[in-house]
Amino acid sequence: MESTFLQWLAEPGLTHYLMVSAILFSLGLLAVISRKNVIMVLMGVELILNSANLNFIAFSRFTELALDGQMIALFVIIIAAAEAAVALAIVLNIYNRFKTINLNEISLMKG
Amino acid sequence: MLIQLSLIILLAPMLGFLVLIFAGKKLPRNGDWFATGLITLSFALSLYLLITKLTLHHGEAITGTMTWVVLGNAAEAGSLTVPFGIMIDNLAAVMLVVVTLISMLVHFFSVGYMHGDVRYSRYYAYLGLFSFSMLGIVLTDNLLMMYIFWELVGISSYLLIGHWYEKKSASNAANKAFIVNRIGDAGMFIGIMILFASFSTFAFGAIFDTVAAGNLPFNSTAWLTAAGVLIFCGAVGKSAQFPLHVWLPDAMEGPTPISALIHAATMVAAGVYLVARVFPILTADALLIIAYIGAITALIAATIAITQFDIKKVLAYSTISQLGYMIMGLGVGAYTAGFMHLVTHASFKAGLFLGAGSVIYAMHNALHKKNDHHTDAQDIRNMGGLKSRMPVTYWTFLIFTLAISGIPLTSGFLSKDEILAGTLAFGTLSGHWLLPIIGFAVAGLTAFYMFRLLILTFHGKHAGTTSLDDVVESPKVMTIPLMVLGALSLFVFYSFNPFGASSGWFFAAIERPASVVPALMQPATSAVFHDAVSSMHTLAMVLSILIAAAGVLFALAVYQWNKVSADRMASSLGFMYRGSLNKWYFDEMYGSVFVNGTIGITKILRWFDENIVDGAVNGAATVTSRISVVSRWFDNTVVDGLVNLSARLTEMTGTLLGKIQTGKVQTYFIYIVFSFIVLFFLFI
Amino acid sequence: MELQLFGIGILTWIVFIPIVGVIIVLLLPDEKRNAIRSVAAAVTGIQVILAGIIFKYFDRSMLGINDASSFQFLEQYKWITVEAVPWVGKIEITYFLGIDGLSVLMVILTALISFIGVISSWNIGKMVKGYFALYLLLVTGMMGVFVSLDFFLFFIFWEVMLLPMYFLIGIWGGPRREYAAIKFFLYTFVGSILMLLVMLALYFSVAYTNTATGETIHTFNILHMMNPANYVDGSILAGVDTTWRYVAWMALFINFAIKIPLFPFHTWLPDAHVEAPTPISVILAGVLLKLGTYGLLRISFPIFPDGTIYFMYFMATLAMISIIYGAFCAMAQDDFKKLIAYSSVSHMGIVVLGIAALNTQGMVGGVLQMFNHGIITAVLFLVVGVIYDRTKKRGVNDFGGIANVMPRYTGVAIIGMFAALGLPGLNGFVSELFSFLGAFSSFRWITIISVTGIIITAAYILWTIQRVFLGKSPDEYLALPDLTAREMVAFVPLIILIILLGVYPAPAIELMNTSLSHLVELITNGGN
Repeated sequence: MESTFLQWLAEPGLTHYLMVSAILFSLGLLAVISRKNVIMVLMGVELILNSANLNFIAFSRFTELALDGQMIALFVIIIAAAEAAVALAIVLNIYNRFKTINLNEISLMKG
Repeated sequence: MLIQLSLIILLAPMLGFLVLIFAGKKLPRNGDWFATGLITLSFALSLYLLITKLTLHHGEAITGTMTWVVLGNAAEAGSLTVPFGIMIDNLAAVMLVVVTLISMLVHFFSVGYMHGDVRYSRYYAYLGLFSFSMLGIVLTDNLLMMYIFWELVGISSYLLIGHWYEKKSASNAANKAFIVNRIGDAGMFIGIMILFASFSTFAFGAIFDTVAAGNLPFNSTAWLTAAGVLIFCGAVGKSAQFPLHVWLPDAMEGPTPISALIHAATMVAAGVYLVARVFPILTADALLIIAYIGAITALIAATIAITQFDIKKVLAYSTISQLGYMIMGLGVGAYTAGFMHLVTHASFKAGLFLGAGSVIYAMHNALHKKNDHHTDAQDIRNMGGLKSRMPVTYWTFLIFTLAISGIPLTSGFLSKDEILAGTLAFGTLSGHWLLPIIGFAVAGLTAFYMFRLLILTFHGKHAGTTSLDDVVESPKVMTIPLMVLGALSLFVFYSFNPFGASSGWFFAAIERPASVVPALMQPATSAVFHDAVSSMHTLAMVLSILIAAAGVLFALAVYQWNKVSADRMASSLGFMYRGSLNKWYFDEMYGSVFVNGTIGITKILRWFDENIVDGAVNGAATVTSRISVVSRWFDNTVVDGLVNLSARLTEMTGTLLGKIQTGKVQTYFIYIVFSFIVLFFLFI
Repeated sequence: MELQLFGIGILTWIVFIPIVGVIIVLLLPDEKRNAIRSVAAAVTGIQVILAGIIFKYFDRSMLGINDASSFQFLEQYKWITVEAVPWVGKIEITYFLGIDGLSVLMVILTALISFIGVISSWNIGKMVKGYFALYLLLVTGMMGVFVSLDFFLFFIFWEVMLLPMYFLIGIWGGPRREYAAIKFFLYTFVGSILMLLVMLALYFSVAYTNTATGETIHTFNILHMMNPANYVDGSILAGVDTTWRYVAWMALFINFAIKIPLFPFHTWLPDAHVEAPTPISVILAGVLLKLGTYGLLRISFPIFPDGTIYFMYFMATLAMISIIYGAFCAMAQDDFKKLIAYSSVSHMGIVVLGIAALNTQGMVGGVLQMFNHGIITAVLFLVVGVIYDRTKKRGVNDFGGIANVMPRYTGVAIIGMFAALGLPGLNGFVSELFSFLGAFSSFRWITIISVTGIIITAAYILWTIQRVFLGKSPDEYLALPDLTAREMVAFVPLIILIILLGVYPAPAIELMNTSLSHLVELITNGGN
């Protein structure tokens, strides 16, 4: 049993990558949901995006999709960079306006 | 030729009216010469026309017509035209001369009497209008024109009675005259409508022919009688017959020459002329009514005249009484006699009024000189002893008084005698003996009150407070008309036999027209009636002379010789005397019943209109506004309430749902994730 | 007969030239009051000239009434046409103008009274521009009603008239003007609604077949409505002597009776007259009241001959009540204007009595009485206006002795009043005479009772003359000026007409007798 687990560990396949990706996704989600700092939330988003990238590449590597996955992953990285830039600009504006980047305190849309 | 002549006679006074009303004040002497000249022309032409008519065209009627309006195609009658026409028969020719003669004399007389009046030219203008209208009545050949001129004389009478309209009494009298006449005229109008509705024509000749051919209005003799009586209503008004006689005494508010012309000689006689004109269609019943109306009028007026003190009022009541005589004469069938009395009465009654005018003029001037503005210049109690101061007026007045009293050798005797003979004849034929009895009684009364007037005015001593030294005879322009009329009141102008008119030219010229009504409804024919008159004539003459003489003697006994005291007589006949003095209370009765009744009705109707009819309208408005209040409440609470309720519900939901909107991005994100998970499990 | 100016028919000119005036008046600045007044006078003056032309070229022998080919100065253009609607067929509203013997006198009357109204409006100083704009609009409405032969058009003009009148009374009137204006408006508006309903019912019932195309066309053409053959089988107003036809007749009658006004629909009149300024009273009494009787003759009588015959006694009875009742009420008034207003009720009753007789004499008398009454009451209201301008008083008892102070004025006033009294030689007599003569042939007792009305009329008119003109003049009135030249311009034409038509009415009667005889035939034959 142990040998099979270690063996499974030693022979990395698709499942391993997906596992890592799932863990990464969960961590990202957790960060997005629970962190109060906007920067941290953004970092969580980055994690989620990277977990997706990992999935793309893994599926691309282990199926007959050739290099499609890598291409899309590159795309995502570029978009993420742009997104981060825009998001940070928004955060800067939020900070200028509210003097805080604590999400709990930014609740103007409260019903 | 004669038609054109008659048109000139008719239109000359109208020309005078038009010129004087617009330019009267700019003419020299305010244009009196112009009006007088025109009426003199009319008179001259009328006289020529009468002579020509009687000598050259004796039996025929000369007619001429023109179309006035065409009314279009009527259902039964075809093309309906209304013509205007002139008809000159002997009746009209004689009447023309009477009207123009009296009118001319009054024009002359007025030059003196109205001298210096504020509205001198207006006065002559209205005289012209009156003469025109009166001549129109005389000349017309149809009922419509008759009615038109009938109203026009009414209005000229109104204008002249109200000549001194600053006086309230004058304008009241004018109104009364017109309105009372209107009542009669409305009746006449209905009568005309009955005839027109049935025969589609207004012309006398055509109506007579149609009736003679056996057509009756609405196929009933009752309607024919009604038509006759209703047309006679016009005469009742204009000729001041009972019960519409009340306006004439009041009409004495007008200038005295007007009273002479309009309210004694001509206009009031128009009623008699009208009855003479429509005589052929009057049924026996209608004639009987006419005769009784005339008799009652004659009696009532004569009994009132006895006690009056105003010189003009006495003459006014005597006029009413004499008109009653004429009407009675026509009613009993004494057609020629009735009309002849109209002619003779015109001259002597015009003379009496002008004489009275002369007296009033003299009295007025004399009182004015003495600065006495309180003494009534018309009250005979303030006169007396004027005989020597005004000889011409006195002697002419005496002639007129003799004539009206029916003393032989005067014109009045001739005509009155014939009427009385006619009533006696009617009594023998029909048994209505009341008519001759009233006739003779009135003859006696007339002689009495006329001599009373003469004696109190001219004889004896002056009784008033202000001395009458300044009374002088009136100027020539006033006395000459009196002399002319005095001469015309003698018998020779009518018949060369002083005791019987039937042989004179007048009876030859004016013959009673044959009745056209169905035989059953006819009065006694001319021939039958004539025989009865012949047999009664001597009796009538003797009786009338005796009764007149008795009346005269009694008057002399009371007022000249003072054998009988008038005051004691009055007190012994207390009730009768008061009744007579107060004109049998007709004015009071009409005033309280009709005038106040009408005013009462008007007030009630005004109240009804403002409160009930308009009240209903305003009530509808109020009800509408009340309804609107209710509907406003309903709208505000119920309808609007529902709307508000839905709004409030929406709002509440919103508030409720707003609670989950925390404004925290992460909360929303949790919702998304949660929802995603839920959906994931639901659909997969 | 056709007359055209610049390719536009004379009737269009006479109807719409006041609209041109309205535009010019609105373009002028407020301060140019005299220019505004002159424009109004010029425009209405042109109307009088056009009316004169119409009078001259009008063919007296043509029938009119229900026969399009014998109408004169005819103009007919397609206006609103809706092609083939399912189950209704084609809808047609035409611009259809024409006059016949019935309307020609009314057109002349309207032109004349409008002109005289402008002359007597000269001293109105409040909002001159608005006043004359509304006034001219009113004139268009009135003229339009008299010349339209299409019910839709008729209705539109009828309503066009209503609103300016409302404002003219409501703004330029006396102290209680709002009350009077609203009363006038509501009263007439109720009538209008009834007329609208009947109009629609007629519209759905009447359809004619175009001979060329074979289409069935629904129409508002009044002449088509007169032809019993045009009624669609089974429609609401089809048939003869049906309940619905009586109801429709009655609805129309109420509308027109309000305008006439007949007892008991008359109470708006005294209020409106008392409050309206003088020229508006003149228009109101001179023309507007005639619209009621004109409507009866143009619409009710020929379209519903069965109802007309059925209700003729009803009409005559109301007319009789109006004659007597109006006269009595007039007698009870102290206000000069109210007195004349009630006398109008009485005199318009004579019109209705005459036309209800349904015979030639009565019809001619009635229509002539419409014209004459227009002239006479115009004079009477002007008379009141003159004295009111000078003294600011209107009570009959406030005056006395005016005859000595203002002789010319008195002459004019007395002629007017005598004409109202029905004195022969003046026009009122002729028309009353023929109205009564005609009525007597149809209703004996009603007419006999009505004739007593002329006695009461004489009484209240003479009483008024006595109180206002006769007697001694109070000191305060001794300095009143007599009529000015401008006032004479307003009075003289009317007085001349009063006398002329009184002495020789044939020129007026000739205009209408052919048409009216035809109308009588049409009704008595039951529309065929």
